[in-house]
Amino acid sequence: MARLNINGRTRDVQVEADTPLLWVIREQVGLTGTKYGCGVAQCGACSVHINGEVMRSCSIRVGDVKATDKIVTIEGLSANSSHPVQKAWLALDVPQCGYCQSGQIMAAVALLKKTPKPTDADIDAAMTNICRCGTYQRIRAAVHMAAGNGSRSADRADRRS
Amino acid sequence: MTKMISGKKVSRRTFVVGSVAASGGLALGFNAPFGFDEAVAQSGGAEVNAWVVIRPNDTVVIRIARSEMGQGTLTGLAQLVVEELECDWKKVTPERITPGMNLARKRVWGDMSTGGSRGIRTSEDYVRRAGAAARIMLLQAAAEQWKVPVGELTVLNGVITHAASRRTTSYGKVAAAAAKLTAPDPKSIKLKDPKSWTIAGKPLKRLDTADKLNGSKVYAIDVKLPGMLCAAVKDCPVYGGKLKSYDESKISGRPGVKKVVRVKDTAVAVVADTWWRAKSALDALPIEWDEGAGATASSATIAAHLKEGLTADGNNGEIVKGDAKAAIAGAAKKIEAVYSTPFLAHACMEPMNATVRISADKAEVWVPSQNFEASLASLSEASGVPLDKCEAHRVDLGGGFGRRGGTQDYVQQAAVIGKEFPGVPIKMIWSREEDFAHDFYRPISQCAMSAGLDEQGNLVGLHVRSSGQSINAWLNPSAIRGGKDARQLQGWWEEPGDAQLGYDVPNKLIEYVMRNTHVPVGPWRGVNTNQNGYYMEAFIEECARASGKDSLEFRRAMMKNFPKHLAVLNAAAEKGDWGKPLPQGVHRGIAQFMGYGSYSAATAEVSVSPDGKVKVHRMVLALNCGHVVSPDQIAAQVEGSVVYGLSAAFYGECPVEKGRMTSLNFDTYQVMRIAEMPKVETVLVPTFDFWGGVGEPTICVVTPAVMNAIHAATGKPVRSLPLKHVKLV
Repeated sequence: MARLNINGRTRDVQVEADTPLLWVIREQVGLTGTKYGCGVAQCGACSVHINGEVMRSCSIRVGDVKATDKIVTIEGLSANSSHPVQKAWLALDVPQCGYCQSGQIMAAVALLKKTPKPTDADIDAAMTNICRCGTYQRIRAAVHMAAGNGSRSADRADRRS
Repeated sequence: MTKMISGKKVSRRTFVVGSVAASGGLALGFNAPFGFDEAVAQSGGAEVNAWVVIRPNDTVVIRIARSEMGQGTLTGLAQLVVEELECDWKKVTPERITPGMNLARKRVWGDMSTGGSRGIRTSEDYVRRAGAAARIMLLQAAAEQWKVPVGELTVLNGVITHAASRRTTSYGKVAAAAAKLTAPDPKSIKLKDPKSWTIAGKPLKRLDTADKLNGSKVYAIDVKLPGMLCAAVKDCPVYGGKLKSYDESKISGRPGVKKVVRVKDTAVAVVADTWWRAKSALDALPIEWDEGAGATASSATIAAHLKEGLTADGNNGEIVKGDAKAAIAGAAKKIEAVYSTPFLAHACMEPMNATVRISADKAEVWVPSQNFEASLASLSEASGVPLDKCEAHRVDLGGGFGRRGGTQDYVQQAAVIGKEFPGVPIKMIWSREEDFAHDFYRPISQCAMSAGLDEQGNLVGLHVRSSGQSINAWLNPSAIRGGKDARQLQGWWEEPGDAQLGYDVPNKLIEYVMRNTHVPVGPWRGVNTNQNGYYMEAFIEECARASGKDSLEFRRAMMKNFPKHLAVLNAAAEKGDWGKPLPQGVHRGIAQFMGYGSYSAATAEVSVSPDGKVKVHRMVLALNCGHVVSPDQIAAQVEGSVVYGLSAAFYGECPVEKGRMTSLNFDTYQVMRIAEMPKVETVLVPTFDFWGGVGEPTICVVTPAVMNAIHAATGKPVRSLPLKHVKLV
């Protein structure tokens, strides 16, 4: 039994305490935008926000999450995909297969919250999620676009008006 | 509802032969490029033909047969149809057809398999003709309604105009009438000149991005069905081994566990109410394996096996011109090297999975598949349910890269488990560890090369001998004829058009020596052009340096008879600033190669730190894929090929110990992350006289361009991958 606050709603779930938060979110709560990629906190596909910090939910035991911890998943990030990061991702057609992109977006949102005008080095340090399709170049451009770092992403944006 | 023809008998063999289509031929039983049917589609509109359905509100449904795994084919195919159809792009919605629909309608949508970079290039003709045929019928319907000659009508964005009478109508209004007309002969249709395209060839937005941004996209791993149970599976870690026994009592009473299932001879699965409970119980299940003969193999024994092939007698495929051995023996200067590349895993971000629901008279599967017809066939075979009572539901894939093609091993496993639970949906997911342990790996190989230069530094003799595992031997033995397996020589072929070597060498001997192992192998983005492009282009670089000539000029001198190869090399050199100064410590490399009907070349700018750390700063890739349908998505594929290629070159390897893989997750199977991403510039130089592939062609020049830049930086060639094991300084 665990009580969780996910996307502003209280959820009571019947589950063993050692179950990873990822699988509780996916299976008991039923929010499948948060993905399983590795189970060992390497790939970041399972990234969610806990009290504003980006965390890899595959490696957090649900028993270690407090009822007062505020969990936000990709589904709770915004209404109508209106977050500036989501808008930038759409404007630059960042995703290919899309499977890792929930995690990438959650990592980017957390980065911009702490560092509103990130440098490339800031992005390199914060965005360690794996993308096998290879969308990194567009992720970088989209983070700059969401940050309003106009000139950095201007080339690409102009090309696709 | 789409009109379904039931009870059609299609032998599984015929079906699979058609759908695997490694040869690239059109599928059996697929006669007309498109068919016409008056049936009203599921979407409630009028089906003008199999590819085009138009609703009264002018929404245009474009049917898509090929799989979408991120490569953008869904959008590109729609662009091609709409270019000829001339409807409003903003009102287009794609509809993915299922293999059950295709089968029921005599494969009206043709081949659904999506591999070999064929999604656009082998569909383009019939999808464009389908769009054009629909336009002709829609205009005819309007002409008949207005009783005017069809030649007096014009159409723009789905609005039909008769200027003389100042009348207009829309596709949505005439679609039902158009659907009743006789279709024009596809051969009579004159397609547009691609240079006049306004939809195709333009950098339009993808049609499938929005739901990837908010968690709402449903991949197969996300499927939820009423009463669904979940399965975790473990196959014998040693290839060729078998399941001996397991002790079910040790996990009885664990929460949620329903059943332990033996899966064929080699695997065991635990079924529970959730996947995590199934997986935890499987981890706790004592299992004994009969590991078989493969258990004695290791990376060292496999390397020795390959090495023996380098000097053994005979070969399993050769390309001969003149007398290479004599030319090298008599040359003014000789160069010799042995190269090697390891097994590699695909590591799609969405692990292998399949959800099945099987009863006595119906079987369904939800699966990420590059070949939904093969999924259907595997489901039918493993479930025993006839093909026409099976359906494979369409979902997009969380990556493919060649892993999810004809083999469909996971569908077979899921079907075996699902049969134990009649009518109950079973979602089987592989753990990441299982995914790395049971891939069809990129084949391992070693390659011995020798070359001779004359007094002027010209290449007069080239001997290449590649010893390694054969994909055909594992997956498609019938393609090996008389012991010869030409596929392993991909990129070195003499025949033009697909993967031709772009150099004239007066004396050459290029050989493949088959040395198979017990490890399963298969196609991996770019397939054999990866190893062959690296071997050839890194060795040509060694020859160029030995000749004292510029790397670009040395290549150009051998390319006079290969104008397309040369033009792409020149484009990469020009846009890559070949010969221009670089910041101190930064060095440039270049490479060109051909695969999947397209010509590729690249330059790379690289620095090597005093402690041997490599940084790739910038890459410029030039591509002639004949026609450009979605330029921005082609750029995305090029960027992706850099990441996939460099991940392998820097880190990728699947070591074997005691017959099994030891690198089972991303902590040991490292891949590239954003911090290592170079600036990538894509240069498209289409010549509009052929149709080439896009997803795979450029990967084969990524590694050699970077390795040649490292060679420039350190003065030493990199002859063995991954780079992480190579001491550079």
